[in-house]
Amino acid sequence: MLHSRTRDAVFFQVGLAVFLTIILLIILIPFWRVIVTAFVPLEIYTREGVPFFLPPTQWTAEAFTQLLGHSLFPRAFFNSVVITLLGTAISLFLTVPLAYGLSTRNLPGRKLIMTLVLFTYLFSPGLIPVYLLITGMKLTNNYLAIILPPAVSVYNTLVMMSFFEGLPEDLKEAARLDGANELQVLWNVVLPLSKPILLTIGLFYAVYFWNEFFTPILYLKDADLLPLPVLLRNILISASFNEYVEYDAFSSSSLESLKAAGVLITMIPMFLVYPWIQRYFTKGTLVGGVKE
Amino acid sequence: MTAKILPLPSEIPSTDKFTIRKLLHTMWRQRWLYFLMLPTLIYFAVFKYGPLWNAQIAFKDFKPLLGVWGSPWAGFEHFETFINSFYFTELMTNTIIFSVAKLVLGLPLAVILAIALHETWFLRFRTFVQTMVYLPHFLSWVIMYGVLLVILSPGNGLINEIIQSFGGEPIAFLTSPHHFRWVVILSDIWKETGWSTILYLAALLAISPDLYEAAAVDGATPVQRIWYISLPGILPVIVLVTLLRLGHILEAGFNQIFVLYSVPVYSVGDIIDTWVFRQGVLQFQFSLATAVGFFKGAIGLVLILVSNRIAKRWAQQSIY
Repeated sequence: MLHSRTRDAVFFQVGLAVFLTIILLIILIPFWRVIVTAFVPLEIYTREGVPFFLPPTQWTAEAFTQLLGHSLFPRAFFNSVVITLLGTAISLFLTVPLAYGLSTRNLPGRKLIMTLVLFTYLFSPGLIPVYLLITGMKLTNNYLAIILPPAVSVYNTLVMMSFFEGLPEDLKEAARLDGANELQVLWNVVLPLSKPILLTIGLFYAVYFWNEFFTPILYLKDADLLPLPVLLRNILISASFNEYVEYDAFSSSSLESLKAAGVLITMIPMFLVYPWIQRYFTKGTLVGGVKE
Repeated sequence: MTAKILPLPSEIPSTDKFTIRKLLHTMWRQRWLYFLMLPTLIYFAVFKYGPLWNAQIAFKDFKPLLGVWGSPWAGFEHFETFINSFYFTELMTNTIIFSVAKLVLGLPLAVILAIALHETWFLRFRTFVQTMVYLPHFLSWVIMYGVLLVILSPGNGLINEIIQSFGGEPIAFLTSPHHFRWVVILSDIWKETGWSTILYLAALLAISPDLYEAAAVDGATPVQRIWYISLPGILPVIVLVTLLRLGHILEAGFNQIFVLYSVPVYSVGDIIDTWVFRQGVLQFQFSLATAVGFFKGAIGLVLILVSNRIAKRWAQQSIY
């Protein structure tokens, strides 16, 4: 009896492992394919296309040198960094006080502010009214056009608010008894205790700004201002390549390799911060916020 | 410092009658907080309520030279134009097909994956799988487009190489009206399913271990354990997620479709948001495009309020 039960459990575990391995392969194989495509040497590519396995000794970084050798790519990389840092800073600067104010129970007008904030979350008239606002403010070719409209996410504000609500009231009260004003309470008491939520929400904003490509396409007309995802999109949809790299019959990489290398370069910063992001969401900070 | 002399809010007896004096008093005590919130409140007035003000052009014939306020009123003309046009059915069909298919196919897979991750004994393997399946969520759709090109292109795409090795003809998945919808639905599931397990995993971890122990004592098989304990345990979360997604049924994934679609697949890929963009920004039909956006927003508002009401009743949880 007991014996058959253990046998069942073992079979079940094997089945689970097989299932999870299949899921893992479905996720990994496309990435692997991108990597091989980016590193495959031109002579192998022209002879047999992209092989499934390529011995590491035959890999070549030619496509990367070709892309990064052109001024547009490093420029776009720098632009993306500027948009991400500036955007995250402005977003946090605007989100934290709102979340803190809304978490203060005895603030007169709190309910009114909450209603007005929630309404913008529940009803949105779409793209065109925002577009008219931004173009009317003459923000075309300005990074503020990309950063400001989405700068405060109501959802993130609510998550942060519920975190602030969970902080012990005694500490704040003690600081007030010592004569601290609300500004000092926020700066000296609340924010030092809120590092996990600030990092989590900050990372979410940063990921958003790093990935954003639609509003840059909409508002940035100047080629020097384009961030990385827009440049990558232009490269991916272009058949002629000469605007972006010296691509001609004598090119040392294939079009496919250059595209795949572009994808990898755009992904790298995400890979670098990913372990970080993961540490915070596995801690449950996020899930706690979502569940509130 | 005046704050020292004033009584603390907790010292004011709450049974006292409400007076203007007391209100002003509390407001004065909180003046720093208002000052702190001021930039955000101005920001909301300009960047969240400014667009709402501009949205009135949905009911006007917007002329850029006359401005939003100066343009003549048109009533519901643009709404009628949209609802009576041939593309109304097309846009609504595509939008709803995409969001429903993503939900109906993606949600069960996410639940199964979450349960599999929860059940497995190999903890390191589990962490590794989690790390990898969460990753695509953080990548932009432009990167996804690059990945899809490598997988699906008719020339060197992996899937087409497999099709050809079995003697089939290569398929131009991204530009074929017969395949485009599947590309959209499956690529979204590929990207988001892993991340969406996070809610179900949290719910699974919240189930009392006593229940599993009792089941083990009673000799329950793994399947019985999942069917009678795990699934009922996460059912409220499943219901909640479904309701939330139904509330956003008109959000079919603008960024994804904007990157992936092209003229040959407009008839099967165009959604409300992509149409609004083309009609407004590219064709300068500002009023008509705004009316369609307004229409979508109004339906969205009703759906969210209704689904939140149902969620409150059935899952005893409020979404907001």
